[in-house]
Amino acid sequence: MTVELEIPYNVHARPETGLYNAKLGVWLFLASEVMLFGALFSSLILIRTSAEHWPRGWEEGLNIPLATLNTFILIASSVTVVLAWANFRLGNVKRGRLLLLATLACGFGFMIIKTIEYYAKFTAVPPHLPSTSNFFALYFTMTGLHGLHVLGGMILFAYLSGPGFKMWEKEPERYVNRIEVVGLYWHFVDLVWIFLFPTLYLL
Amino acid sequence: MSEHIASEHVSAEEAIADSVVPNPMHHNDPEHIRKEIRVYLTVFGSLAVLTIATVAVSYLHLDVRWAILVALSIACVKGFLVAGYFMHMLSEKKLIYAVLALTVFFFAMLLWGPWGHHYDTFGR
Amino acid sequence: MAEKRQVRVGREWLAPRDAEKALREAIRVQKEQERHHQLEHHPLGFWRTYVFSTDHKWIGLQYGFTALCFLLFGFSLMLLMRLQLGWPGHAFSIMKVLGETRAPGGNLLPEAYNQLGAMHGTIMVFLAIVPLAVGAFGNYLVPLQIGAPDMAFPKLNMASYWCYLSGGLVMLASFAAPGGTAQSGWTSYPPLSVIASQGQTWWLFGMILLITSSLLGSVNFIVTIIQLRTKGMTFMRLPFFVWAQFVTSFLLLLAFPPLEAAGVLQLMDRLAGTSFFLPSGLVVSGTRLMNAGGGNPLLWQHLFWFLAHPEVYVLILPAMGIVAEVIANNTRKPLWGYKSMVFATVFLGFMSFVVWAHHMFLTGMGTAISAFFQTTTMIISIPSVIILSSLFLSLWGGSIRFNTPMLFALAFLPMFGIGGLTGLPLGLAAADIHLHDTYYVIGHFHYVVAPGTIFAMFAGIYYWFPKITGRKMSERLGKLHFWMSLIFINGVFFPMFIQGLAGVSRRLYDGGAQYAHAQPVLKTNVFMSVSAWLLLIGQVPFIINFFKSIKWGELVDSNPWQATTLDWAATTSPPLAHGNFEHLPVVRRGPYEYSVPGSETDFIPQHAVTGEEPQGGGGMLVQSAVAQKEA
Ligand code: HEM
Ligand SMILES: [Cu+2]
Repeated sequence: MTVELEIPYNVHARPETGLYNAKLGVWLFLASEVMLFGALFSSLILIRTSAEHWPRGWEEGLNIPLATLNTFILIASSVTVVLAWANFRLGNVKRGRLLLLATLACGFGFMIIKTIEYYAKFTAVPPHLPSTSNFFALYFTMTGLHGLHVLGGMILFAYLSGPGFKMWEKEPERYVNRIEVVGLYWHFVDLVWIFLFPTLYLL
Repeated sequence: MSEHIASEHVSAEEAIADSVVPNPMHHNDPEHIRKEIRVYLTVFGSLAVLTIATVAVSYLHLDVRWAILVALSIACVKGFLVAGYFMHMLSEKKLIYAVLALTVFFFAMLLWGPWGHHYDTFGR
Repeated sequence: MAEKRQVRVGREWLAPRDAEKALREAIRVQKEQERHHQLEHHPLGFWRTYVFSTDHKWIGLQYGFTALCFLLFGFSLMLLMRLQLGWPGHAFSIMKVLGETRAPGGNLLPEAYNQLGAMHGTIMVFLAIVPLAVGAFGNYLVPLQIGAPDMAFPKLNMASYWCYLSGGLVMLASFAAPGGTAQSGWTSYPPLSVIASQGQTWWLFGMILLITSSLLGSVNFIVTIIQLRTKGMTFMRLPFFVWAQFVTSFLLLLAFPPLEAAGVLQLMDRLAGTSFFLPSGLVVSGTRLMNAGGGNPLLWQHLFWFLAHPEVYVLILPAMGIVAEVIANNTRKPLWGYKSMVFATVFLGFMSFVVWAHHMFLTGMGTAISAFFQTTTMIISIPSVIILSSLFLSLWGGSIRFNTPMLFALAFLPMFGIGGLTGLPLGLAAADIHLHDTYYVIGHFHYVVAPGTIFAMFAGIYYWFPKITGRKMSERLGKLHFWMSLIFINGVFFPMFIQGLAGVSRRLYDGGAQYAHAQPVLKTNVFMSVSAWLLLIGQVPFIINFFKSIKWGELVDSNPWQATTLDWAATTSPPLAHGNFEHLPVVRRGPYEYSVPGSETDFIPQHAVTGEEPQGGGGMLVQSAVAQKEA
């Protein structure tokens, strides 16, 4: 007597939905993330519209060139993930893995630049802290939470290109699925930045 | 087992068997993937151009209203490119559209609620 | 009279007593086999089996046990509050358990009263009811009812439990924080919560863990229900319980993140000195607060209620699911209007996202916004009424079996009815101006959650206990528990309406003793407090019954209630440790095929093949033998 332990549709799509489990799972997770950042944007709209005066990003000394560079880095990292995914499906394992590492490197780049920005704010005279004004409160909270998401993504990529790479040998399809799913998350993080960047820096 | 009621059973593999047809969305033939790659690179180019555009406009120091309109329009186009092509939303499954439609509606409610209340308060 | 009748077991006709013996023997042999089977196939160690298990059933039990402990703990906080409210200014030696800082000499201090109140609400909602309704019942039953070997993401499931437990422990630890635990109510309204003592920070960290746990869980449930339904289990064949869990999961998924964001913002306010929720020029104890200002306390209320209104449906929907299962089973009839119930549930879930500001009518809300939220609130009561009416109508013409689960399920109906109907005046701003923040509101939601949801939880425990242990709980103790609970819980909550209508505010330390308008209704305080302590005594039979029955309860076969759903009909009781089913069953019909005309038995399991003689062993015959014996 054997018992069925295997969970259906772990790797292959269920015909009615056309989705494998993790893909549906990640989209649901992203839906909840939309609501999380939605609440922050909602707070921003309320606090900004009810403020007597709201500074434009550059008036408060936000570093637009650095942030632009960061935007490029993040967009580039989004491309490297989809390219990694495409290359693994083509069987170009080496290039796929390199592209994953490139994504990870982009993540590092983004975080380093963010740190430089934060450092400049903290050491300015007088320092710009979350408590300085509601503008900075929102700036630090939103970019901080976004930064945590970047950090989470970096951990995932480090895992997939490092210890998690073993799976490619045994279950290549499942591994490719993982890249797709983590990629979706990463694009979402990129997407949030695409809205954060203008709302905080340029407006 | 004495407790079992006569019935037809199916194993997980059997249940899976009719779905091992490769996911039609991932056209796995190399030609198609190469085409995909070209699309990704084009999208990358467009995103870069749009980023430059939005930053450039910000240096014009437009009036806030116009600045918001322009910057958010550009952000929406960029968002569309990322979601549509990188996340493949243009060719996604119905179920995902349904989940996202629901989410977008609630998201809109969430943006509107606090703000709407603020503008419709007694004594304002 | 039944002594003379003969019943058929397998291929033999036996006297009832012999039939029962044969049955027990079969059960014993089967259990033996299962144990062997498990030993052979699953050499998982102790830790993987009992602590860090990824099996949805065990995780469900972990959730259930933890949640029941929190339920008892939350209940005891309330008992202390009731002592204070019934006899304000009186010293009680039992108060001394709170320590000298909170209750010097057994006299409860006001700030300690606030701590009890805040933690009672938080624990009951987030640590007891939701984990019990979703984490325990949902986890244990959903995969069994849809014919799945486990949840879609077993490891995530485990992570979800451990996040929940950590959140709970953080909440408990907050009692030891300097200045005590959170004291700004379960709603944690700023600005008070922002300037409150350190316990509030712990509360926020605890909430963030609990929210994370819920999010992980809800993703898992939705994927499981959509992806892992077995062959033939279409959406319209899902037991109503699964539908309830499905909609509940969407509520958790999309409503909780805004509170998570709000929690982060409040943490920033408390720890980084921001002013998201603090207006300009705030004066605390005579000194002006040195913060940037410009924040908005109402922002918190919006984000909080954006979660917390859907949350109340998270509390009630699984309860309705359980009640529906128990009622269909014990009326031996299909549910009346299954389809309309399903659509009503989906609509209810949707609407629950657009009514939240009915908790904020008294915040100076203008007429336009207020009209919008009044309208949506009136609309959302329609699906609630549809579900409740369908359940009532399901009773019509049934030959009801009045066992303990059924009694609790039956009591749920009018109790939820009272709770729901008293919500309507609250949903209309004109009436709410009088009733808001009075004991009427407390009465309203407790009727829905306590004799409502908690009764449904009890129904579920009595009903599925045999599934989990292979033994039934004692009916006699069960009925004692039921009647004591029913009587005393009404004693606790009904007078709250009277007090509330008289204008007595909630969250008063002295129960209204110093207010002139409260004097005529002050007597009811003692009545409610006595009822509350009697209610505690009413739970003793349950606790005894629960532990006694695990060991000594009456042994039963796999489907003691003769139910149709897969959890009973297609698995053993208790189910196989891993994988649930020997083979995944194939579903052939809807969930409630009871008393189908022309059928040999009065129930046809969802996966049974009819029109053929059952093969091998005659399991169904054993069950019908029991059915006849009971009849
Ligand atoms: C059937 C329709 C219902 C309506 C129209 C309704 C309406 C309301 C309204 C308007 C309030 C705010 C009262 C105030 O603060 O002045 C309220 C409070 C509340 N309701 Fe309901 N309700 C309904 C059902 C439920 C259900 C099913 C539950 C829970 C299972 C529930 C739980 C609560 C809770 C917990 C509060 C109070 C929260 C607090 O202020 O601490 N309600 N209800
Ligand atoms: Cu509500």
